[in-house]
Order: sequence, then structure tokens, then C-alpha cells
Amino acid sequence: MRAGESWYFCLTVSERMSIVIVEADRDRALQIVDSLRQAGEYDIHVIGQTAGLARQIKAQQPDIVLIDLANPSRDTLEELALASNPMERPVAMFVDRSDAGLSGAAIEAGVSAYVVDGMQPSRVKPVLDAAIARFRVFQRMRTELAETKRALEERKVIDRAKGMIMKARQVEEEEAYALLRKAAMDQGKRVADVALALVTSAGLLS
Amino acid sequence: MRPSTLSVGFMPLVDAAPLIVAQEIGFAAEEGISLDLRRAPSWSSLRDMLSFGQVDAAHMLAPVPVAAAMGLGGAGSALTAVSVLSMNGNVIGVNRALQARLQEIGHDFAFDDARAAGLALLQASDTPLRVGVPFPTSMHAELVFYWLNALGGAAPDRVEIHTVPPPLMTEAIETGEIDAFCVGEPWGSRTVDRGVGALLLPGAAIWAFAPEKVLAVRQDWAETERALLGRLIRAVWRAGKWLAQEGSALLTAELLSRPAYLDVAPELIDRALSGRLAINSAGEERTVSGFLEFSRGAANFPWRSQAEWIGRQLSQRTGLDALPAQERARGVFRSDLFRAALEGTGADLPGASSKLEGALEADTAVASEKGRLILCRDRFFDGRVFEPDDEKRLNLTHGPEG
Repeated sequence: MRAGESWYFCLTVSERMSIVIVEADRDRALQIVDSLRQAGEYDIHVIGQTAGLARQIKAQQPDIVLIDLANPSRDTLEELALASNPMERPVAMFVDRSDAGLSGAAIEAGVSAYVVDGMQPSRVKPVLDAAIARFRVFQRMRTELAETKRALEERKVIDRAKGMIMKARQVEEEEAYALLRKAAMDQGKRVADVALALVTSAGLLS
Repeated sequence: MRPSTLSVGFMPLVDAAPLIVAQEIGFAAEEGISLDLRRAPSWSSLRDMLSFGQVDAAHMLAPVPVAAAMGLGGAGSALTAVSVLSMNGNVIGVNRALQARLQEIGHDFAFDDARAAGLALLQASDTPLRVGVPFPTSMHAELVFYWLNALGGAAPDRVEIHTVPPPLMTEAIETGEIDAFCVGEPWGSRTVDRGVGALLLPGAAIWAFAPEKVLAVRQDWAETERALLGRLIRAVWRAGKWLAQEGSALLTAELLSRPAYLDVAPELIDRALSGRLAINSAGEERTVSGFLEFSRGAANFPWRSQAEWIGRQLSQRTGLDALPAQERARGVFRSDLFRAALEGTGADLPGASSKLEGALEADTAVASEKGRLILCRDRFFDGRVFEPDDEKRLNLTHGPEG
């Protein structure tokens, strides 16, 4: 059965897809690698340094490249689509043309994928599904972080505004907040916005 | 009536002005639309956001939709250019070491002679000369290739073209990743102000009237949303006319400098708008007429011959056949949609949709729908003239046609 064995060997070695992940943040890169490992057996390389990115990728000759859509260095990958000989274009396009839904989902999630021309969509899909799921988590975390920061800042501003009202009108905290809320309702604005206007304008008087 | 909101992507560059002005000064509102302007992190992301439907329209490098039609980069829906947002506006600059060597060999930094500057640059630079451009398919890349090719210096072992996103160009010069660059404003001026480079030429010194950015939409969207598209084209066209008026620069620089748009000092933006550029950190100035045009000389008209020129240049350096490439390219610039949108506005439009490129040594009156229209000087620095394959082109050498 030697022939069969060697055939099997060739299949696993040459058929295993190689994936390059471009990601400077080590933690994020590891999380993406973990997600992909759960989706299948792949050869995965992470590139953290974006200097000379196109050359680094050319050297790896991957089947798929995954990169954050928000990474400006993504543009350097477009060089690969313009290799002088059409036969030498290793990375040809943004996912498969036949599956615009998948591409749209990838863009929404914030990940871009470059896939070797001619790669079967059925082989690309699990990789992308895993990457998209992971990037959605990143995006949710980013939004959460931004929202938390904003909420904290707003609370600080509201507290300062309350303090100013308490001092100026000699009222208790609860009444100061009620005044703030009434002003916001009258003006059709958020309490935080009215508080911010008060705090920033008060600077003019002192 | 509630205005229809269109999402429009842009890159943080001075030539995004027509879109920003259309929204902020109210030309969009006049057309009953509102533009939801979204800043993109890179050109490839913006192209994909457009072709996969995340935005309705986009500020786009003129060669990008042409390249996509030729199968060079991008997937998703086919893109078309429905108007030209701006002509010219790029600068070519060098790092401090090259600046010093150019001065040593006696280059005068006159800022108007592409031949002299190019020969001096090839003489002064090490091999290979590494030039940063914002995108592989950009007017920047085409101008650099055209320029150095014509001077016999564009062989791959002599010149390396590197892709560097515009906001990172200064850092790339500073860290020594590249020796020279061609980039849109304000990113060239920022490099000068940071004291890490000097400007060598405006893009207009290579091609006096080069289509720089276009208003791009999906081809199928253009067919199904004709009325909305018409409003968008008109709003942006009016913004261009407003931008070309004297006195608009001050307000424009302020608007563009906002954090949501370019997030750089208005003074830096004003240089491109006024055509008065500081070329080195000693503060030496050069004034360039027609440095960046938003309206003059039928600037917004998407000439099919412009697309053909781009198609031919792209085919040459990617090994594709020239004629089919030009044919495909021609269909990407939709002068028909532009004409339809401006019908009834009083705009005077050219009598034909294709012309010789590079044939005008000076501003010239040509046949138009209403009589005579002034087209701007558009010569290439080496005097070559590009003849489009299109037969129904405007005849620039034998007077007006019928």
C-alpha cells in the first residue's frame, strides 16, 4: 500500500491551505489563530510588521490573506494584484466573486480577505466564516469600550454640572438633577448634552 | 419632504472637498438629498465598501474603477465614474538626503520643469529609487511611470514603486522606507512642515490637466437610481463651481480641517486650494496656477478618452492587450449619465465625449452644446499626444464640429 500512502501524504501536504494573518496586536492575532484552528487544519502565519508587507506575503505564497479592513497598510496588498505577468499574480481578489453575501458580511465585520484566484469557494468559506465571527467579536468589544468610555465621561460632566447648579442655586443634588433634566426635555436634548453645554460655557464666567 | 440620505465614502484629502462642500454648504440640500459622509481607512477598503454596497457613492482615484473593469484588483459589482471631482492636485517630493544631493548637482527646484527635475532626480538618486504612491492604480502611479519612462528611467531595477497610504507618507519618508513620493495634498505639505522632505514638482508639471478623483458609483445602482444619481451629480457639480469661486478657499480650509474630515490645520489645506506651496522647511514658496481644479475647463466632464488613456497605461505595465483594455476602460467613464444629470441646469457641455489628450498647448475654445467652451491646457511634459480609439471624438485641431 506504499503508493496509497504516498498519495495520501501528498494530499495532506499540498492540500492544506496556508493562511497569512496580518495583525500587529499579538492578542488579537492569537485569537484569530485559535478561531481558525477550530475551523480546520491550516498552516497559519502571522505577520505583525507591516513594513514591506507585500514582499513578506509574496515570500510566504499563502492561499488566503486576512487583514483588518481598518488597517491602512491593506492598500499595499493591492500591489500583488498588479504583478507584471498575469500568471504571477498570487493574490488576486477580495474573496470569491460568486459569493457576494460572504464578502459583504466580511466587510460589515471589518475583515478583508485576499484569496488566490481559482480557489474553490467551499474551501474558503469555513475560513472566512471563522474570521468573520472573530472580527465581529472584536468590533463589538471596540464599540463596548467606546460606549463605556463615553458613559463614564458623560457621568463626570453631569456630576460637574449638578455641582455647579447646587452651588449657584443653593439646592440639593436631587433638585439640581431635576433642573438639568427639565432643561434637557424643554430643549429636546440629552441630559449629558445640556450638562456639557453648561460646563463648557461656565468656563467663560470664571 | 424628508431628504433622501446617500452614504458617501471619502479619503481624508483636500480633493474630497466637493463632497464635503456639497453637504456642508447646502448644495445637497438644494437637491433634496443629504450626504452621510464616511471617512475610509484606505482606498482598497473604500473601493470594496462601494462595490459591496456599504456606501452608495465614493470619492475615488480615477484609475480604480477602470482597473476594476480590467480585472486588476477588486471584485463585487462593476463600478462607474459619473463625474470627475478634481483635476491635478498631487505633489512629488523627496527626502532631505535627496534634496541636498539635488542642490549639490545644481538643481534649482523651479517647480515647473518635469524634464529637468526628473533627469536631476535620476542622477542624484541611488539605485533603486524608491517612490511611494498612495495606491498601485492611481493617477500618482501613472504620472510617476509616465514621467520616468519618458526619461528612460522607469526600469524595475532603477525605480521601485511602493504603496503607502496618504496619511502615512510623511512617516514613510521619515523612517527611510521610501526616498521620494507622489501624493495628494495636504500630505506632501505635511512632510515639508515636519522638516523631513522637500517638494520637487506639482503633478500638473507632468500632465497639465490630469483627471485625479472621480465620483464613483456601482454600475447597477446608476441604472436603478437614476433620479437620485442625477441629484448627487448636480449637487457635487455645484459644489465644484462654488469651490472655484474666489473667496471660497478660506471657508473650505476651515470646513475640511474638522476632525471628522481631514483633521489637519486649515493653513495646511489652504496651500493646495490657493496653489501657493511651501516647498521646503526654509519656507520657500512656489505658486502653481491650476494646481488643483474643481470646475474650470469642463473639469467635471468624464471624458471617455481620459479613461482610455488610463486603460492603455495600465495595460502597458500589466501585460494586458492595449486595445481591448482601452475599449473596456472607455465604458467606465459615463459621460452620458453626466450629460443627462446636467440637462436643464444651464451647464455648457462639450460637443463630443472623447478628445485628444495632451493636444492643448494653451487654454482653447472648442465646440460645445451651446457654442464655445474653454478647455484648459492639457499638455504632457514630453509633448506626446494620446489619440483615443473612439471615432466620435472632439476634433481639437480643425475647429468646431457639428
